[in-house]
Amino acid sequence: MASETTAPGSAGALASGGGHQVAGVRVPVRSAGSELRAIKVVWKRELIRFSRDRLRILTSLMQPFLFLFVLGTGLSRLASAGTHGVNLRTFVYPGVLCMAVMFTAMFSAASLVWDREFGFLREMMVAPVRRSSLVLGKCFGGATVAGFQGVIVLCLAGLVGVPYSAILIIEVFALQLLLAFAITAFGVMVAARITQMQSFMALMQMAIMPMYFLSGALFPVSGLPQWLEILNRLDPLTYAVDPMRRAVFAHLDISAAARRALDPGVTWWSWHVPGLVEAAVVALLGLAMLGIAIVEFGRAE
Amino acid sequence: MSVNGLVKRYDEVEAVRGIDFEVRSGEIFGFLGPNGAGKSTTINMLCTLVRPSGGSARVAGHDVVSERDEVRRNIGLVFQDTTLDGYLTAEQNLRLHAELYGVPRELVGERMRQVMEMVGLWERRSSWVNTFSGGMKRRLEIARGLLHSPRVLFLDEPTVGLDPQTRSSIWSYIRELKAREDITIFLTTHYMDEAEYCDRIAIMDQGKIIVLDTPEALKAKVGSDRVQIQTDDDEAAIAALRERFGIEATVAEGEVTFGVPEGEHFVPRLFAELGQPIRSVSVSRPSLDDVFMSYTGSTIRDAESSQTDTRRNFARMMSR
Repeated sequence: MASETTAPGSAGALASGGGHQVAGVRVPVRSAGSELRAIKVVWKRELIRFSRDRLRILTSLMQPFLFLFVLGTGLSRLASAGTHGVNLRTFVYPGVLCMAVMFTAMFSAASLVWDREFGFLREMMVAPVRRSSLVLGKCFGGATVAGFQGVIVLCLAGLVGVPYSAILIIEVFALQLLLAFAITAFGVMVAARITQMQSFMALMQMAIMPMYFLSGALFPVSGLPQWLEILNRLDPLTYAVDPMRRAVFAHLDISAAARRALDPGVTWWSWHVPGLVEAAVVALLGLAMLGIAIVEFGRAE
Repeated sequence: MSVNGLVKRYDEVEAVRGIDFEVRSGEIFGFLGPNGAGKSTTINMLCTLVRPSGGSARVAGHDVVSERDEVRRNIGLVFQDTTLDGYLTAEQNLRLHAELYGVPRELVGERMRQVMEMVGLWERRSSWVNTFSGGMKRRLEIARGLLHSPRVLFLDEPTVGLDPQTRSSIWSYIRELKAREDITIFLTTHYMDEAEYCDRIAIMDQGKIIVLDTPEALKAKVGSDRVQIQTDDDEAAIAALRERFGIEATVAEGEVTFGVPEGEHFVPRLFAELGQPIRSVSVSRPSLDDVFMSYTGSTIRDAESSQTDTRRNFARMMSR
């Protein structure tokens, strides 16, 4: 289209005849490639910003460390009788692996609210690409930086008596990426509606903390009072924490009694839910929230 | 660019109430009006950020609603508020933009250097944008808006909040740009003096275009220019003016003063035909302020203060 309208004589000739020649750039017609590029751009920006912000890397590690070493060590003095000789730090480690990615993923989504406030969102919104590509890029970016954060906590496995095994590392990392993706999608979905940082952070805290406490990250999920069991089974995070714990416990050398007590697994009406199904629950929820986020951003004017 | 009966309603407020105009290829077209007149809303509709409630508009030959992506590919935007990522360097900001717009990889480096040199920021390309001053950010945004060689560049209040020196340097970039690139520039401003730089301006007030013409023609419509001359013999000069040109002149501030339409064209005749020695001459135009006032009955400043409430409502809606 552009070539036709600029072609007739004067304008083109003038530009090439002048002393300052301008490199003409034709923005190509939109294609699948341009959407992939847009996803990559948003993803890359997320990574650049994350690597710049060393303070953020440190602060988002703070909470996992507190839970793992302070709470884990402190409470182990009370709980040693009930853990069948398993260190409480080892028990909460899978939950902390989840936690490590949750907060980073949440902050990634929060940056969308900043972007709106500081205007950068507009720059992306007027680009000749689909909104869905921008949302996807954001979610992948959030998952990637959170995954990186997760790896740091993964490196601590030895300190809490969990062996470094290739299979375990791959399993845990895959679950972390999945969880981080789902949490980012959740945050992006919320950010489509909430335009103020304070409200966004308050809302996220209100959602994330109860989800974390109910998920069984800090306690075994069997033999709970009924109200807590119901809440636990409804909590999406349960289905990320449980397979994580199974993966870790599969590599522990502990007694059968300890395994039964500490890693009972989630049941639905006494059906033992397989790990893959649990992961699928998280994935489906993540995709559903991603879908909502895309629709919301597509609608935003 | 052509606009027909464009309307935008926000709930009860009609921000833009049916405007029509055309912008020719290669011109600098200015939208002049007080804050809250609907300038930004219009720009937002033209650059496909806001969907019109009625009417139609074509930008670079494409419809802003049905051919949104075509429009986006052909426009560059510089908003009132900065849309740079302060945590990235100038170069990274531009590279992100180039990738978002799919500028061919082999052209990015050269084109980036060109636009950054044009705004004098090439040396600062590796600095974080957060360390830039307001004027530098605006210049960088102009460079970024040009990176993908748009056919239309939208500048929404390009100089608002900048000091006079920076303002004039921004304007010199804009004029240089027009000379260098094959580009149409559409801008909004509420500074009267800046509207003078435009080829044509549309004065907008309360969601409507009141008048549209070249700055010269607009001022000519207001009436005459003021001409002041110094002579050795004021009485004789006044008599000669009456006799030869039929102009009534008076002495004001020690100079012979009179009004004529298109004063600059009158001056040569004045020298040739007056028959009196003239020591100095000055011609002053009616300002655009006079123009605005003659069409709306109030100055821009008055219009702004009376519209503060409406503006707040807009601001709240626009921020969503």
